[in-house]
Amino acid sequence: MAADLQPKASSSTSTYAGLGIPLILPAWAIIGFFLVLPVMMMLIYSFLTKEFRGGVIWEFSLAAYDQFFFDRGLFGDELPKIEWTYITIFWRSIWQAAAATLLCLVIGFPTAWFIATRTARNRSIWLFLVTIPYWVNLLIRTISMKFLIRDNGPMNELLMASGLISEPIHIINTNLAVQLGLFYSYLPFMVLPIYAAVERYNFALSEAAADLYASRTITLTQIILPTIKPGIIAGCILVFVPSLGAFLAPDLLGGAKNFMIGSLIEEQFKGAAGNWPFGAAASMILLSLVLLVLTLYARQQTREQG
Amino acid sequence: MKKLLKLGASALAITLAANAATAEGKLVIYNWFEYLPQELIDKFAAQENVEVTMDTFDSNEAMLASLKAGKMGTYDVAMPSDYMVDIMGDEGMLDTFDQEEMPNFSNIMDQWLNVSFDPGRNSSVPYQWGSTSFSVNRDAYKGDINTLAMIFNPPNEVKGKINVLDSQGEVLALGSMYLGIPQCSTDREELKALNNLMLEAKPHWASFGSDVAKDVLVSGDASVGMIWSGFGAKAREEGANIEYAFPKEGYVVWTDSIVLLKDAPNRANALKFMNFMLEPENAAALTNFAAYTAGVKGVEPFLSDTVANSPESNPPAEPIGELVMACPQEVQAVYDTIWTNLKK
Amino acid sequence: MASKKVDLRRFPGFLPLTYLCLFLLYAPLVIVMIYSFNDSASITRWDSLSLRWYHDVFFGVEAPKFRAATINSITIALMAATSATIVAIMAATAMLRSGRFRGKSASFALINLPLMVPEIVTAVATLIFFSAIGFTAGYLTIVLAHIVFCIPFAYLPIAARMQGIEDVYEQAAQDLYATRFQAFRLVLLPLMTPGILSGFLLAFIISLDDFIITNFVKGAGIETLPTAIYGAVRQGIKPNIMAISTLLLVVSVVFVALSYFVGRMGEKNNDETSTKGDLI
Repeated sequence: MAADLQPKASSSTSTYAGLGIPLILPAWAIIGFFLVLPVMMMLIYSFLTKEFRGGVIWEFSLAAYDQFFFDRGLFGDELPKIEWTYITIFWRSIWQAAAATLLCLVIGFPTAWFIATRTARNRSIWLFLVTIPYWVNLLIRTISMKFLIRDNGPMNELLMASGLISEPIHIINTNLAVQLGLFYSYLPFMVLPIYAAVERYNFALSEAAADLYASRTITLTQIILPTIKPGIIAGCILVFVPSLGAFLAPDLLGGAKNFMIGSLIEEQFKGAAGNWPFGAAASMILLSLVLLVLTLYARQQTREQG
Repeated sequence: MKKLLKLGASALAITLAANAATAEGKLVIYNWFEYLPQELIDKFAAQENVEVTMDTFDSNEAMLASLKAGKMGTYDVAMPSDYMVDIMGDEGMLDTFDQEEMPNFSNIMDQWLNVSFDPGRNSSVPYQWGSTSFSVNRDAYKGDINTLAMIFNPPNEVKGKINVLDSQGEVLALGSMYLGIPQCSTDREELKALNNLMLEAKPHWASFGSDVAKDVLVSGDASVGMIWSGFGAKAREEGANIEYAFPKEGYVVWTDSIVLLKDAPNRANALKFMNFMLEPENAAALTNFAAYTAGVKGVEPFLSDTVANSPESNPPAEPIGELVMACPQEVQAVYDTIWTNLKK
Repeated sequence: MASKKVDLRRFPGFLPLTYLCLFLLYAPLVIVMIYSFNDSASITRWDSLSLRWYHDVFFGVEAPKFRAATINSITIALMAATSATIVAIMAATAMLRSGRFRGKSASFALINLPLMVPEIVTAVATLIFFSAIGFTAGYLTIVLAHIVFCIPFAYLPIAARMQGIEDVYEQAAQDLYATRFQAFRLVLLPLMTPGILSGFLLAFIISLDDFIITNFVKGAGIETLPTAIYGAVRQGIKPNIMAISTLLLVVSVVFVALSYFVGRMGEKNNDETSTKGDLI
């Protein structure tokens, strides 16, 4: 999606030559002052000292990062060991985001393929159908999912009434519930880029392969997938990155045992922990992780194009 | 650099004609969730011609953290529990008032007048008091429930179906009672034991949550739910077959107060509100809604029978409940570590 | 094609998966919609069909709270979307119509930065920033934070549209002695209308949707609709929340449909236009 709108040399004209800087200035000022500067401020905060019972003291300290990576025992006086707690939370978040991405891919790819192979008229209707739920408030979608999958919710009642199951399927407060929530939050991000790639795919290639006696599977894996790979990768990134820092799905669907990065950070600011430097450090680590993924992606893009 | 930024921001604020004027005729309350009926807010608003807004919190610690994070000066009153009033006093977060400023001051029951956390009531007036223990679904478990083992070493029937309040002070106080160690113990072995108790109990707990505490009991998602007495009574009223326990090892009692916050933007209205809540009729209306007990004289004629006679609000003579203590810094640091270990 | 025995566009199982996808997308929303018409006060039991909870939303005890939250949400979204749209139009003109200037490639990254930084990180950073400079959280902090993340959403359709309009029109206008400002106002801007409208609607709905950032930067006693709903839902899903959800759902669908048709209108007016950016 973003890649489509890279300024292309051909489309850049100069009707307003010389006005570029004054015209771009408001965007720079607002995003610079209210996003870039705050992120730098957050970096500074992650090196400050936590005050007893919340608040910060303007004194340099590595305590937040130390707490993240090292375990010094209950009384803080033991030799440092590796602290697995937060690494586990990050790992769980990565894992959950990856699982949600896979779920989106398994269901989103056939959907995108199906839509892209309709007639032009039907395509827009199908696309419209897939994107509509995305515009419904995320909070409301998450609540709806929670309502649906509760132990004694409509889904279980329907299944029990139909005699398919005798005991309710327990989904709420499990990993699966969080994955379903993330899937529901970000599915269109998977469908749209894949759709765009399939739409551009030249089916003459498939015909050529078929003429050369390639089976369906061979055609799919050897011809189609490599051609539309950029769309798939873009889709995966667009689902994976927001899933990593998601807050609502783990909070409302995950219960206590499925703490993810988003909840960990929130707890430091809105919850009882009140440890701002630690929350800032965790945010910095999350941000670095996301930027790493995006950089790898950008590098891979340029390598393929160049 | 900080100053420079401040300058830039205030310049910006001026150009944007920001939320400059503190409007008169306002009152901003920082309260527990589901702890003040809309009818009472409306009544106060109409009576004093004041626009009332309210934010809610779900634990004493969360309220303290939020206030310390730059929200001081935006709220007029808050409703912390006993030990938190103590802490807020220490932190210099409370304003004081004279008894003459509050005509209904004499309505405070004598037992709630000279309290340890605010001797003589210079910054606070009583709001409600009650206890913290747990309710058990009697369909799920039929045995003796009056022991803290139901939470910390639960029987098989309820394992994995326990909800615990997201409230550091109360959970660790109950844990200490179960172990028979004093609150805020400085003994290393005792603190280690407390940490181990929490870590061993955690696998049996399904969820952590205060605001969900009633709902999980009503919906049956939890068979045992740590809960406040009145909230438990409400869950029972909503149809859950639950019984509130008074464990033999002890339980927590608390008394919430309305405190006058320092730098309150609408101090006069704050005092009017505190005075309003000391009116027996209003205190009773609050009790009828929240199902705890008022600390105000003369509420009896206004109380509903169900609330006055609820088993949750009428504990047996033995055992007696304990207040949560405010721990000194070095113990609090260990408590924070235990809590973090628990929440991860 | 007719000679082929197999349709190469088809893969077995893709159609059922598509239906599964639509089912997963719509089932939760439809269920909530149905239950919002349930007369029972309990969410687990179905009683009978009624509009009781809709009445409750507008006239019940909590109605004033939700009404105030709705007004806040709408005014904030209006301000944020308007500001973001203006900034986005200027930025798009700079990026696509002003030739080369210093910092152009960095500008593209900057405009898209709010999309790349995880929402929770933006929320934390904004909270820290406002608190560090002593800026009291309130209504204004919400508006400022919203403008930031609305900019890329307004920019995408606007830039897509502008990219589709060749500059011959403006050049023709200038050849006829229009000033550059006149060429912009009288030629480019009217041609841009569909893109601007869908950019505005997009920003509006994104602002209306936001929970995480609002929850971090909102001041004492100020709620938007999502934060008010979140506060209520934490204690359990109530029937009145389902009624509110259904109403919001309808509003969102109307907005998307509007944005979609505005985009199509533009497509008809100008075949060159790419409307790919209109929906996403």
